[in-house]
Amino acid sequence: MNIPSLRNQFPALDQHIGDYPLVYLDTAATSQKPRQVLDAMANFLTTDNANVHRAAHTLSGRATASYEAVRDKLKAFIHAVRREEIIFTHGTTEAINLVANGLKHRLNPGDVILVDSAAHHANLVPWQQLAAQTGARVEAIPLTAELRLDIAAFEALLEAGAAVVALGHVSNVLGTVNDVKTLCAKARAKGALTLVDGAQAVAHQAVDVADIGCDFYVFSGHKMYAPDGVGVLYGRFEALDSLTPLLTGGEMIKTVSFADTQFGELPNRLEAGTPPIVSVIGLGAAIDFINSLDRLALQAHERELMARLRAGLETVPQIRIHSPHDDTAYAPNSGAIAFNLGDQHHQDVGILLDQQGIAVRCGHHCAMPLMSLMGVKGCCRASIGLYTTPNDIDRFLAAIKEAAELLCP
Amino acid sequence: MELRPTPTEFLSRHQDSSAPLAQLVSQVQQAPNWQEKYRALMLGGKALAPLAPEWQTEDARVRGCESAAWLYHHGEQGKHYFIAGSEARIVTGLIALLLGACSGKTSEELAAFDAAAYFSALGLEGQLSPSRTNGVYALANRIKELSHEDTP
Repeated sequence: MNIPSLRNQFPALDQHIGDYPLVYLDTAATSQKPRQVLDAMANFLTTDNANVHRAAHTLSGRATASYEAVRDKLKAFIHAVRREEIIFTHGTTEAINLVANGLKHRLNPGDVILVDSAAHHANLVPWQQLAAQTGARVEAIPLTAELRLDIAAFEALLEAGAAVVALGHVSNVLGTVNDVKTLCAKARAKGALTLVDGAQAVAHQAVDVADIGCDFYVFSGHKMYAPDGVGVLYGRFEALDSLTPLLTGGEMIKTVSFADTQFGELPNRLEAGTPPIVSVIGLGAAIDFINSLDRLALQAHERELMARLRAGLETVPQIRIHSPHDDTAYAPNSGAIAFNLGDQHHQDVGILLDQQGIAVRCGHHCAMPLMSLMGVKGCCRASIGLYTTPNDIDRFLAAIKEAAELLCP
Repeated sequence: MELRPTPTEFLSRHQDSSAPLAQLVSQVQQAPNWQEKYRALMLGGKALAPLAPEWQTEDARVRGCESAAWLYHHGEQGKHYFIAGSEARIVTGLIALLLGACSGKTSEELAAFDAAAYFSALGLEGQLSPSRTNGVYALANRIKELSHEDTP
């Protein structure tokens, strides 16, 4: 695949930071957007802008058709069975809140919610809130010393009983990949509902929710080359249909009187208010963009970049890499690598990289429990996208060496 | 009882650090490239006496910093004195620059102080943006707020 030509489709990448050309290694926080996505949104706003599911006029008809067409695209993209299983949200966080809140009536005091210890806060805090409101309790699924999910410990926890299991598909910090298919099968066999946070997975691999066998799968548009403000909640129809709505009002109703309100059917029942229409249009264009690429070749390209990144970091003596080594027993790490430069503060490292035009994330990555397992206050994370080139990696490695010389001479 | 620096500590730190902080400002300004600027910043942070561990309290913490940063203020005879520190070295250097410009100044002088322009003049344009990870911005704002307060 011709990667330089792919890169040229992302206008934001073509700029300088000070005297240095930009190297964007923060895709795990948010991806850059291809021209195709920018154009789709601009065209929609220019010619079709109207609210959806409402007026009888032509623009609204076009807007509704375009909006609903994206639902069909998503159904195919993640292999859902029915289009009603795709709910548009404003992002991953809202999607998880929608599920956690929607299960309130189904959880009882003493019920257990198992949460991946590597989960970012969006896949932990809503469960803590649900536990606080129902008398259920949240338990951490431990990680091994290598910082991978501890499967034996998970099985033991399941044996003791769990109502809900919340997993990350790919760790936003470490880039480690959970075998969600096996984990969900184990959870299902014990009668637990499963939610998989796929925010870091969808951009890097083909996702098949039927194959994974989860009850819920959530992700955001902005990490998969689409705009921010839109996310997706996939739910197995029966599981989704059992959720009580988080928000009410707008087109989610069937009938309303002052005496009573009847809620409508899926998917509208869970999409209260005006949805993020323009962002949904952008998400549709991003799916078309991804579908036009050879995903296997792309995955091979990203694996080569990750290997180059890791091997390069390993040559810098002061670097401590937190992400475990790739191991044939597990899927290769995907998208991101976490590290510290000796004992130097991650913010100092981030500032010195930024001076050289390198964008990485430095901080706790909204995963404070994981930071505490790693024994650090924060760390640096380099994350790649399909537009990343070997030259980007080399520029980053030269910059980290420069930072190392300045910080630990 | 809340632990905080005594008025004497504010005044003696102000006196001890005035010359090194002025030197830091000129070193940063004259550095021929960004590497030398940051080298000077990291060394210059040492012009500030370290913040005693017992002063690294939640109450003194300035929110909005990715690296923890703490700030104390003391007003006396119409002038304002500050003691501050951070766990990150570059941020500590930036704080030193900030205190170099703000320590011992009057409320009017602090009200007129433009932190963004100051850093920009030192060639550190990027270091003062309203990002939640940028401690310096939060510190500069806090200094402005405190300049309206008298120490009881």
